[in-house]
Amino acid sequence: MQEYDKSERYLKDLDDGKREIALSTDDLHVSYGTHEAIHGVSLAFERFKITALIGASGSGKSTYLRSLNRMNDNIAGTKVTGKIMYRGLDINGNNIDVYEMRKHIGMVFQQPNPFAKSIYENITFALKRHGEKRKDVLDETVERTLKQAGLWKQVKDDLHQSALALSGGQQQRLCIARAIAMKPDILLLDEPASVLDPVSTATVEDTLMELKKDYTIVIVTHNMQQAGRISDYTAFFHLGDALEYDETRKIFTRPKIKATEDYVSGHFG
Amino acid sequence: MNARKWDKVATTILYLISIFIIFVLAFLLLYILVSGLPNVSWHFITGRSSSFQAGGGIGIQLFNSIYLLVLAMLISVPLSVGAGIYLSEYAPKNWLTNLVRNAIEILSSLPSVVVGLFGFLVFSINMKFGFSILSGALALTVFNLPLLTRKVEDSLQSIHYTQREAGYALGLSRWETVIHVVVPAALPGIITGMILGMGRIFGEAAALIYTAGQSSPPLDFSNWNPLYIASPLNPLRSAETLAVHIWKINSEGIIPDATKVSAASSAILVLFVLLLNFAARYVGNRLYGRLTGVKERK
Amino acid sequence: MNNDEIRASLLKRSRASKNELFGKIISGLCIAIIVAVVVSIFYFVASKGLATFFHDKVNLWKFLTGTIWNPSTTDAQGHPQVGALPMIIGSFAVTFLAAIVATPFAIGAAVFMTEISPRIGRKVLQPVIELLVGIPSVVYGFIGLSVVVPFVRHTFGGSGFGILSGTFVLFVMILPTVTSMTVDALNSVPRNYREASLALGATRWQTIYKVVLRASVSGIITAVVFGMSRAFGEALAVQMVIGNAMLLPSNLISPASTLTSVLTMGMGNSVMGSLSNNALWSLALLLLIMPLIFNIIIRWIGKRGAMH
Repeated sequence: MQEYDKSERYLKDLDDGKREIALSTDDLHVSYGTHEAIHGVSLAFERFKITALIGASGSGKSTYLRSLNRMNDNIAGTKVTGKIMYRGLDINGNNIDVYEMRKHIGMVFQQPNPFAKSIYENITFALKRHGEKRKDVLDETVERTLKQAGLWKQVKDDLHQSALALSGGQQQRLCIARAIAMKPDILLLDEPASVLDPVSTATVEDTLMELKKDYTIVIVTHNMQQAGRISDYTAFFHLGDALEYDETRKIFTRPKIKATEDYVSGHFG
Repeated sequence: MNARKWDKVATTILYLISIFIIFVLAFLLLYILVSGLPNVSWHFITGRSSSFQAGGGIGIQLFNSIYLLVLAMLISVPLSVGAGIYLSEYAPKNWLTNLVRNAIEILSSLPSVVVGLFGFLVFSINMKFGFSILSGALALTVFNLPLLTRKVEDSLQSIHYTQREAGYALGLSRWETVIHVVVPAALPGIITGMILGMGRIFGEAAALIYTAGQSSPPLDFSNWNPLYIASPLNPLRSAETLAVHIWKINSEGIIPDATKVSAASSAILVLFVLLLNFAARYVGNRLYGRLTGVKERK
Repeated sequence: MNNDEIRASLLKRSRASKNELFGKIISGLCIAIIVAVVVSIFYFVASKGLATFFHDKVNLWKFLTGTIWNPSTTDAQGHPQVGALPMIIGSFAVTFLAAIVATPFAIGAAVFMTEISPRIGRKVLQPVIELLVGIPSVVYGFIGLSVVVPFVRHTFGGSGFGILSGTFVLFVMILPTVTSMTVDALNSVPRNYREASLALGATRWQTIYKVVLRASVSGIITAVVFGMSRAFGEALAVQMVIGNAMLLPSNLISPASTLTSVLTMGMGNSVMGSLSNNALWSLALLLLIMPLIFNIIIRWIGKRGAMH
């Protein structure tokens, strides 16, 4: 891999008072044991927009994303320092209740991971655990979220069938429905389409465009066409640093950094 | 002889060994069932055992075996599930966890007679439970715990990490995720392990000789109040199980039809274990199918 | 929820985090109970078993090498006669003999299951072995008593009770365990070892003998030692066929005894705290320590195997 001058950066500061910021990080470092995977990343994500994180594998984009709702807490030996600001609170602090926080910052993973339960249960299970007992509310949520995820028509007669019997693409859309059933503020997606066929991918992308109205979305993708199609902003990650952050249009047409230009034009990665 | 001939000879020998092992099992099962089943009758299964003359039954012993089995499972299942969850989900990777794992492995390698003697010393004598159902159930629990715990841990570990992340990402605690997501998904393995554990307990005798005792007082099957002294449910009465009964009549040799009674009792014991074995397979496959919506386990 | 409510909820301890603490405590307690059981087994058995030496002042060496077990009498020097050698020899004799007989059968069956016909192995032998494991030990004892003992009596003479009968019974009892562990050992040999050997023109047997078995020696030894550990601790089945004579065995067909058989027979007939009772607990302590030694051997083999 070619060496790039990492001091050469262009990070657009969205937090300029002109727009609403849903989530931002300030000098975020992530390390596993003695190895530092993220070397201080500061980005701000605008509300009701889709932000794509791109970069070669090993660039740290997934690690960064997983830190945003502290999923890395569960991996032994991981240390996250720096600030993650959400609604004026540093949610990386010890005083924050992570379980409550994750209700507001949901996540969809690379590998579809529906529970070994029925479709209906997949969506309502966490709601019930969080205290929602009313049948009509649960029924309404199942219908609404499955419609939003573009799955309702296909499964409305099989709601009590096992979710594991669904196809990969359907499972992933179910996982999206499950995540938005919590009515989160922010939805983090970690390469949600990487294991899907093109048709399922297109459906998931449509779903995300639809969801943008109500949710702030941050999505990791290795598929640049995908980033170009759906995102408003794009951050380019390289070896644990965010080197360029700008409007997606600009990143793909007139990147300011050599590394970004090489990556989006397919010279590495 | 050349290499090709050796190959043939060796293959033949391997076939013979395999046939021999199948033959051993066939012989054991046939011997037990053929010599035992003709002596099994309703009277035998429900009747009282006799101390000196022929014609006794095994009703109380059978009841004791089942009662002890149920009690021991009631204690050991929650404990082993809790311990298995701790090891699989919470235990940090450090020397203390290693020590705990070693302790469990040592416990599983202890001879059951040692477990029985420990139970005798601690439950029967120090805690003053005497030769009783309670002492026996506790000894069986000690005997059963390490294997069940390991089975639970293995079953939980076989559930992919992404299932847990799905739960965490919905704001659920680890405990909730384990109890409501991981454990249900691991249930086929856990249940299979539990049923096989039941088979082990049902046939165990060495751990019971000095804990549950080797005699059975007369029981009053019309009074099920556990506090009543002759109640079948009284946990402080001594209780000879079916397996202990087989051992006892063979080593004492007082009753004249010891061989008949042992054969019939062995047949019942083995049938029960076979039944549990098949149940373990069947239940495991069915649960797996129900959970995944897949018809057959590959 | 408005902004302030969300901020407040993030700063409060949620239901989930209380639930998490609860779960940690409950599951931690369960594991603590198991550890406490293990510790107390060692504590109680050791405190009883060591009393023979500290309280009753029996010489450890004499205990291990003495040939007469009669705790209620004393020898010429006035020492109680608690020589455990006959039982120790009995235990080791049945254990080693059973392992020696079982090993070739176990290896043969395992080779058949992994190399010759995995299909028959999985469909027939696997369930057969699982069922053999499941048969209770008293049933093995009963069959030993009614089939093996008369067979030994007719074939070799004597009463039929003795080390030989014990060996036969233990052989069948440990065979399934040793076999299935050997199967695991053979399966862990990489497939390309076999393919490389066959490609060089070796016959199947040459491949098995020179490549597969060589590569899995440490796994097979582990399986055998594990089986021996089982055999050493087996109580009732052995006790029913060994004859229970506390004499130094002079041959394989005269009545003998093992640590386990003496314990099962004697514990009920002695008074707690008496020397004869303490001496039995010393035997129990020996039985407690042996699995540890077998365990250490298994680990040592495992480490050496990993190095090669």
